Amino acid sequence: MTTEPVLEIADLTVAYRQGEQWLPAVRDFSLRFAPGETVGLVGESGSGKSTIALSVMRYLPQARVIRGAIVFQGRDLLALDAEKMRAVWGNDLALVPQDPLSALNPSMRAGEQIAEGLRLHLNLSRDESERRALSLLEMVGLPDPARAAASFPHQLSGGMQQRIMIAMALSTEPALLVLDEPTTALDVTTQAAILDLFRDLIRQRDTATLYVTHNLGVVSQLCDRVAVLYAGELVEEAPARALFDQPLHPYTRGLIDSVPRLRPGPRAAGLQAIPGQIPPLGQRPPACVYADRCPLAIAICHKERPPRDTPEPGRAVRCHRWPEIQAGEVSAGFDAEVAQRAPVTAPSEPLLDLESVSVQFADRRSLLDVVRKRPARPVHAVRDVDLQLGRQQTLGLVGESGSGKTTLARAIIGLQEIHSGEMTLLGARLPSGLAERPLELLKQVQIVFQNPEEALNPFRTVGQTLRRPLMRLRGLSRREADAAVARLLADARLPESYARRLPGELSGGEKQRVALARAFAAHPALLLADEPVSSLDVSVQASILNLLGRLQAEHESSVLFISHNLAVVAHIADQIAVIYAGELMEVASTEALLQPPFHPYTEALLAAVPRLDPDDQPPPIRLEGEVTGQAAVRHGCPFHPRCPRFLGEICVQQRPPWQVTEQGDRIFCHIPLETLQAEQRAIFPTLVEEEK
Amino acid sequence: MVAPSLPTRTGGTAGRPVRLALRQLARRPAAAFGLVVVAGFLLLALIGPLVAPYGANEQIFADARQPPSARHLFGTDRLGRDVFSRVLLGTRDIFALAGAGTLLAVISGTTIGLFSGYAGGWVDEIIMRFFDSLLAIPALLLALLLLGTIGPSRNSVLLVILIVYTPIVARVVRSVVLGVKNLGFVEAARTQGERLPSILFREILPSVLPALAVEGALRFSYAIFLVASLGFLGVGVQPPSPDWGLMVSEARQNVQQTPWALYFPAGAIALLVIGVNLLADGLRRLLQGQER
Repeated sequence: MTTEPVLEIADLTVAYRQGEQWLPAVRDFSLRFAPGETVGLVGESGSGKSTIALSVMRYLPQARVIRGAIVFQGRDLLALDAEKMRAVWGNDLALVPQDPLSALNPSMRAGEQIAEGLRLHLNLSRDESERRALSLLEMVGLPDPARAAASFPHQLSGGMQQRIMIAMALSTEPALLVLDEPTTALDVTTQAAILDLFRDLIRQRDTATLYVTHNLGVVSQLCDRVAVLYAGELVEEAPARALFDQPLHPYTRGLIDSVPRLRPGPRAAGLQAIPGQIPPLGQRPPACVYADRCPLAIAICHKERPPRDTPEPGRAVRCHRWPEIQAGEVSAGFDAEVAQRAPVTAPSEPLLDLESVSVQFADRRSLLDVVRKRPARPVHAVRDVDLQLGRQQTLGLVGESGSGKTTLARAIIGLQEIHSGEMTLLGARLPSGLAERPLELLKQVQIVFQNPEEALNPFRTVGQTLRRPLMRLRGLSRREADAAVARLLADARLPESYARRLPGELSGGEKQRVALARAFAAHPALLLADEPVSSLDVSVQASILNLLGRLQAEHESSVLFISHNLAVVAHIADQIAVIYAGELMEVASTEALLQPPFHPYTEALLAAVPRLDPDDQPPPIRLEGEVTGQAAVRHGCPFHPRCPRFLGEICVQQRPPWQVTEQGDRIFCHIPLETLQAEQRAIFPTLVEEEK
Repeated sequence: MVAPSLPTRTGGTAGRPVRLALRQLARRPAAAFGLVVVAGFLLLALIGPLVAPYGANEQIFADARQPPSARHLFGTDRLGRDVFSRVLLGTRDIFALAGAGTLLAVISGTTIGLFSGYAGGWVDEIIMRFFDSLLAIPALLLALLLLGTIGPSRNSVLLVILIVYTPIVARVVRSVVLGVKNLGFVEAARTQGERLPSILFREILPSVLPALAVEGALRFSYAIFLVASLGFLGVGVQPPSPDWGLMVSEARQNVQQTPWALYFPAGAIALLVIGVNLLADGLRRLLQGQER
């Protein structure tokens, strides 16, 4: 690079204390930033990426920098005293954290929080600072800046809070911006809008940006260069396009391969998962850190630490075998675990049938309401859902948070009473509520929850947890159950010794494997999977999805798979239902759903998925706001307040018809299918191409 | 084979945390002090009758009103009873009474708290409002009211501790239950057809135990105080039992002549209550600090 770097991190080694020792979490990390450059820092949890981000901010209360330098605009940040550092913070260096709500002061209005920083760093007067704060809020795309400025953080949605954080970070025109997973806590649609904002705001300035994320799609969309981190070491660094075109490090390859792609058509192949996990601090191999998981590891990889090589200008890689990889002599791809489950495309014998199922939450009445005899105003969480699921089929249920997808799953399993409608399982009526269901029926429906951390009782061993459904639902004796536990663990690809472990001794992925084993213990006819991989790393996510597919095939179960991630659902589901504000918007086979015509909401969801290939990204179709209150929409289409293809009065006044395409795609919309098809074909060329 | 190894291993994991906890408690000076005090008193309660030089009500008229000496470590009272022996022998009483009362209150409070919190709705509302009304009355006043109606005796004191402390324990347990009952593992148990007792005691109770251990220890220290207070007021354990509160009360009338007969039982009460409190505090830091 010819220009002077804004930031240069050189041989940074940072350690955390564990007992009496200091164990390095980041080892010999070097990276340079040219002015205006956006560099992505990618890695799984435990890779040390946040440690690096915080080192750059020089905010490491628990850690110690063993060696290295962080040179920012010619000064070594690590050597500055607190007084000088304070001038750098806020002025030249700004951070956008992952969770905006905990970063904003809850007792201060948003506008004032920005203005305060301006007064402090730029010495503006009160009036000036307030005016500037307003214009900043406008710049970050808040629809009503004055109102946002006067709001307290909790009154704003997650997306709006993050926009305020961005406004605050950009307020002093910093030379370097550190973004620590700024969209991870947001919905896909909101994430897409925030990414647009970054593109528009940051790239047109001279601000260098460090973008820390685990999401490769985001990196590919936003970053000029990418640094891949594994177990505290930089394993590969390259321009974004080159990295995705030809990854030279086996780990990079593994990461890219484990991301589910959005493409139409049924697929029998499983995802490629990287076996194993990042070794914990203190157990990291001294030679190549990745050797234990690497499919290409040879003798030297376990003996010698690979040097940092430069295959071509602007690229760096730490691998003994990159020349062979580059020449195409060896491939670091893993054999995709073959999912034994063949896609079920033809309509099969019905297993679950939902007929205009509605769930209402009564809002709490105050004493005054009771006295005044004001009736409780119900909130429709799920409204008139008609849905069928065939035997051994997988149905994906997609929607943003607040769309009612979890509520629907809870209604099916009986954790939530339904208000009206009819549920039929295996030809017999499925009573609403667990209390009315006999054991025989309970056995047929099982669930896996989103958060593996709370899915298992922390005080009971894995064996004790797995034994219960075996004894209770399958009627096994204790001895039989213990033998069956060993089989369940083997099926979940966990060692038998795990029966004696407590959940605290398991990783997130392992916990989810146990949760899957428990759910399948009873041989259920129907498994409800509520965002089972959302909180897991990509490489782990792939292996859990593969496991789910295999267990489903072995037990011949049907699966209702809930996710906000359309790419994951498209990978695993035979049928997809898109839900918005408690109502279905579109129901179709996966193949039909991923081809135009789409419901406008499906279209927005599709456009929001960040693709790995930057050329593949459809033009932005962005939704403002969040899932709106259902009470507001009584008659018309529930999506009309946010619909980018809003027609006019008809959408507000009349409920849309269910239109059916030739492929059996059901779309709940007023817009004629031909119109949708014609317009959407022009927007989504890539999806259409693959259809041929 | 998994079958035979499972139960033994489970027993092993249950034993290890206790030893670990004791070791960690010993590292904090205040908690270590509390631990030593409580353990010391517990030992005295166990071996008291073996080592006491005199009987609790043994009167040595010749030695009446003696100040502390080698013969009578804590001196003697007005009636010539050995104060050291009485304090020593009273240890078992106070441990038994306060301990049994606390245990009963913890058991009933836990059961009610688990059920009330899990059931929610009207059931919870009724139980908790009733307990709130009990809690609104100061503990000592409530105790006096109850003892006034049922008459003073050891069993009455037990009943009083049970009634006074059940609501508090129930509240603490319920607040933990509210946080746990909607977690995945409890819902999973429900969808797998577990019955109510199994959900309450098998799934939820373990999560409550850390808070319960702390609360139990704290209640124990208050119970000691309550037993002593009731004895002092003359509505609890009746003379001539070597009850510490009773001893303080009796010695108070002769505080000019035999101040040692007041100081030693009063000191014993203070020391034990402080010890239990420090231990409870150490336990709270240990268990709840670990949780968060």
